[in-house]
Amino acid sequence: MKVVVIGNGMVGYKFCEKLLSKGAGSVQLSVFGEETRPAYDRVHLSEYFSGKTADELSMAPAGWYAANGITLYTGDPIQSIDPTNKTVHSFHGTTAPYDYLVLATGSSAFVPPVPGVEKQGVFVYRTIEDLEMISSFAKGAKTGAVIGGGLLGLEAAKALLDLGIRDTHVIEFADRLMPRQIDDAGSKMLKAKLENLGLKIHTGKNTAQILGNDAITGMQFTDETSIHTDILIISAGIKPRDELAKLCGLETGQRGGIVVNEHLQTSDPAIFAIGECALFQGMIYGLVAPGYEMADVVATRLTGGSKQFAPYDMSTKLKLIGIDVASFGNPFVPQAEGRTVVFEDTMKGIYKRINLTHDGKQLLGGILVGDAEAYNMLLQTCKNRIVLPPNPEDMILGTRGGSGADAGAGVAGLPDDALICSCENISKKDVCDAVSSGCETVDSIKKCTKAGTGCGGCVPMLKDLMVHTMKAQGKYIRNVLCEHFGYSRQELYDVVKLKELKSYEDVLGMLGNGDGCELCKPAVSSILASLWNEMILKKGNDTAQDSNDRFLANIQKGGTYSVVPRIPGGEISPEKLIVIGQIAQKYNLYTKITGGQRIDMFGAHLNDLPQIWKELIDAGFESGHAYGKALRTVKSCVGSTWCRFGLHDSVSYAIRIEERYRGLRAPHKLKSAVSGCIRECAEAKSKDFGIIATEKGWNLFVCGNGGSKPQHALLLASDIDSETCIRYIDRFLMFYIKTADPLTRTATWLNKMEGGIDYLRNVVVNDSLGIAAQLEAEMQLLVDNYQCEWKEVVDSPELQKRFAHFVNAPREKDPTAQFESMRDQKRAVDWK
Amino acid sequence: MSNILTASTSWFIACSTADVPENGGVCVKYKNTQIALFNFTRRGEWYATQNLCPHRMQMALSRGMIGSQQGEPKIACPFHKNTFSLIDGRCLSGSDCDSLTIYPVKTEDGLVYIGVPAEEYAIAF
Repeated sequence: MKVVVIGNGMVGYKFCEKLLSKGAGSVQLSVFGEETRPAYDRVHLSEYFSGKTADELSMAPAGWYAANGITLYTGDPIQSIDPTNKTVHSFHGTTAPYDYLVLATGSSAFVPPVPGVEKQGVFVYRTIEDLEMISSFAKGAKTGAVIGGGLLGLEAAKALLDLGIRDTHVIEFADRLMPRQIDDAGSKMLKAKLENLGLKIHTGKNTAQILGNDAITGMQFTDETSIHTDILIISAGIKPRDELAKLCGLETGQRGGIVVNEHLQTSDPAIFAIGECALFQGMIYGLVAPGYEMADVVATRLTGGSKQFAPYDMSTKLKLIGIDVASFGNPFVPQAEGRTVVFEDTMKGIYKRINLTHDGKQLLGGILVGDAEAYNMLLQTCKNRIVLPPNPEDMILGTRGGSGADAGAGVAGLPDDALICSCENISKKDVCDAVSSGCETVDSIKKCTKAGTGCGGCVPMLKDLMVHTMKAQGKYIRNVLCEHFGYSRQELYDVVKLKELKSYEDVLGMLGNGDGCELCKPAVSSILASLWNEMILKKGNDTAQDSNDRFLANIQKGGTYSVVPRIPGGEISPEKLIVIGQIAQKYNLYTKITGGQRIDMFGAHLNDLPQIWKELIDAGFESGHAYGKALRTVKSCVGSTWCRFGLHDSVSYAIRIEERYRGLRAPHKLKSAVSGCIRECAEAKSKDFGIIATEKGWNLFVCGNGGSKPQHALLLASDIDSETCIRYIDRFLMFYIKTADPLTRTATWLNKMEGGIDYLRNVVVNDSLGIAAQLEAEMQLLVDNYQCEWKEVVDSPELQKRFAHFVNAPREKDPTAQFESMRDQKRAVDWK
Repeated sequence: MSNILTASTSWFIACSTADVPENGGVCVKYKNTQIALFNFTRRGEWYATQNLCPHRMQMALSRGMIGSQQGEPKIACPFHKNTFSLIDGRCLSGSDCDSLTIYPVKTEDGLVYIGVPAEEYAIAF
């Protein structure tokens, strides 16, 4: 069987690809293309200006056609078709016989009959050659204009911006932009956003003539106004290439296009037409996805299958100059046929409209401008007639407060035949099957199914489907530390423990690769400290610590450090207060009470740190670990010893808790508090673990925090005695330390935990995993191994050596550390 | 900068090799200049850069963590974790920080030498 394809554009190419994939072994396939290069991606043509090469835009490598037995004639347009003898004749004199002929001649740009369109500097926007000509002409141009405010026109305007023409006009004949896709309100929003980018948008404007002698100098409009411009791109629509069909007597439409039936057959049954040249039920389909579908219908038929073309969904999502615009289903449902929900935010430039059936149960269509993240879900909801949730507006607004369930069921709720990639016609089932058969990255899914290789709009959905499918199979989604470790923190914790590794270098050598970095070094150091609780500056681990841990102090503006001794529960004697005052005086330090009921001394030079700490330790202080991802402070109210409302002695209990967990290193800092009654003066509910006295004992709250996203702690257990409370805290903290990702506070850890607080309570209180005894034993080991880090430094001349600014002048302080005075103290000089 | 420090380079003794922690850095004083010196034991290499982080003008790079990115050795500033190549000094964090000045380093007989422009070029430097 001999098949000849006229046209080597995207759809013509796709036909060849489909025909091959359907096993057309005995087919002799010849392709004639008018352009000099093989088919390329016209959808992403404007990327040619932002750096993509013609090769990168190519649909298939040059050798693809020959390798698949296809005879390709480029730069050789067909001049005539002889339907009687079933032959075609090319410009270069080739005569090729066919059994079936496929016309994929596409379209050319529609140029309105305006006087002056022949002038230099007036272009259309269709081929790479057009782009090359525009590109070379634009070098001398300062202002530009585009006729056409539709999809292609705005693409062309983007091209002019990319070419450096900041002063660009868009002229649209209709009274709004993208009249086929969006409504007036959407157009206004889009217009405002485009104008912010410097485009000048004129709607309802009709060009009367193009000004200039040989070359364009400006444009005159029918309303007597005019503009100056050096270059003009006409992108006012497409004209089907039907001249060959007309010439050989095929039926064509009045306004162009080759008439086809549901098999894409023309009036000659041996001749098919696909893509933008085909006129189906009075409509030209100017998008690539229906063109591909047409290619599939014909390829299926020629290989013995049966498939029909049906009116195609024209939903579309695109990024115009960085602005999301989408329309789906029927974007313009009139009032009589349904209801609309509209969301408009002129601050952020977002417009969303959804059209619902009168009963609010089904989605008919909609428009998204400025934020099209919901497009894929909305499109699928619309196409699959999924019954809407009770508050359909949540689909464009997101849920607002309340303990509402998800707005939609997400990708899990879609039927198997939901179309995920409309460019390549790939269903949810196709994607999930690919994931099940081993495509576990988005790239491999793209390779294997071709989904996401067209417009790319479905890629986020591919990722969701991949995660969903893998989770459904019980697979663990890789969540690795960094490029040097193929493990999550939790996995690494377990392996380091099993192999009893004690230094960063050993961990990297046995479990990692490369040289490490600022991400894995602190994470591994934290794991080592949480496992063994050894002195963090020994075994070469000092240089694997974050800077604060490495120097056991908090680096501050100007490069000096702050010093925080532990003041358990916030209780301090007058003698100790005096010592702090004396030390601050002696070393000229700024003092401030912290949020955690301690005293911070700022402005200490690196060289002075060991001496400052010697004096503090001699007076009975120890490290406060303010520099570590570790237990910071257990804040307390004064409690029942003084307070007339107090139920229990919150200070004593806070001291006991703080001394139990001091120095405990964790994935992130840990804060705690104990309140002596329900008035909650210690603000325990804003802590990682907080304890509040009740008549019968203590209530234990977990996973709260202040910070940028404040979150109240949740009740884990109520009316428990002091011993039980500590056992639960042991289990809770060890479970957190073993399973959280690096730099994840307990609140975030809980938020990500499946089952939430109920699951956590089951593990900690009901011992559902059977690990409670082990967690308690592990914690006890850490408690028993505690030593004050600063005491070890003060006792070790070797460790002290590192506390010098200049290695070759150890007594000299950093001369660049500068201070100013403020309110009788000093402060760091502001940085630049 | 390091590329032009060839014929006109003079070497000064910074410290002994044992003075610099393994896989870490120290700050070396050279006249009024502060130089961060790194003993990249894991790669068996030494590097030196300016000690000043160009992001907020802080004398801190010697106290940062070293590591690699796709095999290229780098230093992370302790203040905001901006990272810089130890090969050519360029900022790797995607911010528009200036590049670091890089100094050549050599070790001989347990001593570390850092190369600086010879005296006549010192003023321009």
